[in-house]
Amino acid sequence: MNHLQFSLQQTPSLADIPALAADTFHNELVDMIKSGRLVLAYFCIPASDGAGELFAILAGENDLCALRSEPLKEFESTARECPQTQLFEREIHENHGILPRNHPWLKAVRITPDAPGKTHDADYGFYRIQGAQTHEVGVGPIHAGIIEPGHFRFQCYGENVLNLEIALGYQHRGIEKMLMRLPAFDSINQQRLRLVECIAGDASVAYATAQCTVWEKMAGITQLPPLIQRVRRIGLELERLACHCGDLGAIAGDTGFLPTSSWNGRIRGDFLNLTASLCGNRFGRGYICPGGVSHYPGPAECQDLLGRLAASGRDAIGSCNAMFASASVRDRMAGTGALSRQQALELGLVGVAARACGVEWDARFQFPLSYLPSYGSRIRIARDGDVLARAHVRFEELEDSLNLVKMDLQWLAENPGEDKKGPANIDLQPDMVGVGLVESWRGVVCHVSITGADGNLAACKFVDPSFHNWIGLAMAMRNGQISDFPLCNKSFNLSYCGHDL
Amino acid sequence: MKEYFWLIQFLFSIVLAPLLPGIISRVKAIFAGRHGKPLLQGYFDLWRLMRKGEILCQGWPFVLAPAIVAASSILALAFLPLGGQTSPLGFAGDFIFAAYLLGMGRFALMLGALATGSAFEGMGASREAAFSALAEPALFLAFLIFSSFCIDMGHFSTADTGSAFSLNSMLKGQLVLAWHYGKAPLFIAPIVLFILLLAENCRIPVDDPTTHLELTMIHEVMILDQSGPNLAFMQYGASLKLWFFASLLASLTIPPMDFLPATLLWLGQIAVIGVLVGLVESLMARLRLVRVPHLLGMASALAALALILTQVS
Repeated sequence: MNHLQFSLQQTPSLADIPALAADTFHNELVDMIKSGRLVLAYFCIPASDGAGELFAILAGENDLCALRSEPLKEFESTARECPQTQLFEREIHENHGILPRNHPWLKAVRITPDAPGKTHDADYGFYRIQGAQTHEVGVGPIHAGIIEPGHFRFQCYGENVLNLEIALGYQHRGIEKMLMRLPAFDSINQQRLRLVECIAGDASVAYATAQCTVWEKMAGITQLPPLIQRVRRIGLELERLACHCGDLGAIAGDTGFLPTSSWNGRIRGDFLNLTASLCGNRFGRGYICPGGVSHYPGPAECQDLLGRLAASGRDAIGSCNAMFASASVRDRMAGTGALSRQQALELGLVGVAARACGVEWDARFQFPLSYLPSYGSRIRIARDGDVLARAHVRFEELEDSLNLVKMDLQWLAENPGEDKKGPANIDLQPDMVGVGLVESWRGVVCHVSITGADGNLAACKFVDPSFHNWIGLAMAMRNGQISDFPLCNKSFNLSYCGHDL
Repeated sequence: MKEYFWLIQFLFSIVLAPLLPGIISRVKAIFAGRHGKPLLQGYFDLWRLMRKGEILCQGWPFVLAPAIVAASSILALAFLPLGGQTSPLGFAGDFIFAAYLLGMGRFALMLGALATGSAFEGMGASREAAFSALAEPALFLAFLIFSSFCIDMGHFSTADTGSAFSLNSMLKGQLVLAWHYGKAPLFIAPIVLFILLLAENCRIPVDDPTTHLELTMIHEVMILDQSGPNLAFMQYGASLKLWFFASLLASLTIPPMDFLPATLLWLGQIAVIGVLVGLVESLMARLRLVRVPHLLGMASALAALALILTQVS
């Protein structure tokens, strides 16, 4: 066996994962990706004198695989055979100076002043198409409107986009380095958790859940009581409701369809306020704490929340139905920015973008955090992979989430419960690999913590769904219309800061 | 005396034009469940911009464009009979002159945009050029429908048949009489003019005047680098152009009547057209850019059909 197969609930020790020679690692990784596994994380654990061990976590149907190499300074790139590893290999090179040989384009991932892999730093080149009739359009990093910075470089032939290149990194804060400097777990001010929550501020609950589940597993807490699971699920689903609702409104806004655009902006606020009632912050900061949650709603509070949820839910569904009922909106969305299922699988897309292409992958169902009933919600997929498909998937997930939050709140109202736990003290075991997978509204958030022999962190990695999906947006624009870009971009709605870390 | 009446209506036009976009955005706001900005926001904006400094790009096209846009719109408006009056500037064939006055404004706008050297503005200019070329046949065919009616009805102020090709006679009493005779093409002509109004003034479904996304813009992107009084001129010119097309539509149904009721009917109809544009913008998504030529082609085809019908019926 060249790799270790384990379930999400397990925390294997690093020693259980065989350290492979560079060639074997390469072949094994390619074989596993070719057999349909998705690369969730692929990074480097620094070893002595500038070498590093490559470490990959891949997801199968319901199990995880870990793959590790011996310490090495360069390796043969897998990106030509498996495009989904290209960005991971660029990141490894940039962060650790370990060279992937024959990488198709070893370009910077983020602009980091102190990056060891600096060979490319001087010229941040863009792919260019030259010719008298082609032109180049650069958008950003400063945009019209209040959005994050990112640069988009279009190579155009008239209105047609021949190639789009996305350059990110403007939001790089060095989160992982900061996390490595902090203690692996600190129960007093939970500085670490606060930092994790702002990796992508619109998915705070998902990130905090990913971090906390890893801590809990590494401390031997495998199954939390149903009460905590329910409250945590409410947090995750409220986050999904707010963001899907806002996204559908933003998509309507970009098609120029005013009513849904305005209504959804308001309704999104209602959902955010529900989260605020539960934890005091509209974006769910401080909602989750290790071993529990920060607040348990009482029966009367649940009734109040249920009433508000029903009203906002009715409004949201009505507003979205108005959008899908409008022929002009459907016509605008259909066929815009389409990706095939094949492309989605090859590029390793996750979340809404992948499900809209017909890829049945949702961590909530394949890697459930709990054994709570799912009340009829399931993996929502569409076939066409275009803006309309992505909007449909969002809408169906929004309906599922409404139902889930409703059922959980009803359960809470009837079962006040005894096991109300605040922040637990967590004692991390040495030599462990903890993997956290949480399906945020955008896609799967993956967190890997590896403790060394002394119990301190040896490696800490966060992979945002956007890290997988930005390339999907670039490919969706190929041979499309440049005027379709904003709509297409909104339908993906990827995170800049989540990618940039 | 007649010229005096026309002058009053012309003054109304140049004073009230910034109100029309205000009506449109108020309708949109109500539809979206918002209170909306004040109706007079257009005037506040002009006043604010006129007092500001401005940043200029190099090159005369950029500097001159706003003045040309505003001046050509005012001049084109001066050829319209407005609310059932007679423009003192009218002559046979003036509709071509008026249309190309607007064309000149557009040309200046595009040159000004290209002078900035920005990729966005270049794209906007290229879109404007393509779509306005497609809108032109529809506009001229629509004018020919009206002059064909004039010839048909045979009511001319002078014995000269050439005056059937003047906006003054095209858009006056004769047309109202034609409604009495049940001329089918008359139902088509307003549709064509309304589509042209939306297309020429960059409203949804052709353009989205409220978007902040440069890549999808047509008109707005061409004035991105304008500021201060120059931007005020651009905005004023745009609202005059909107008033031109609204007035064109309104004058189709103003029968010969006294000055006061005619003026009120004319202003009322322009307000109603503003509300209609607001409704379209509230209820429709924008067309994808590659579909816009289909819409404009449809307008031309409709106008051609109407013109043929005027000849056979």
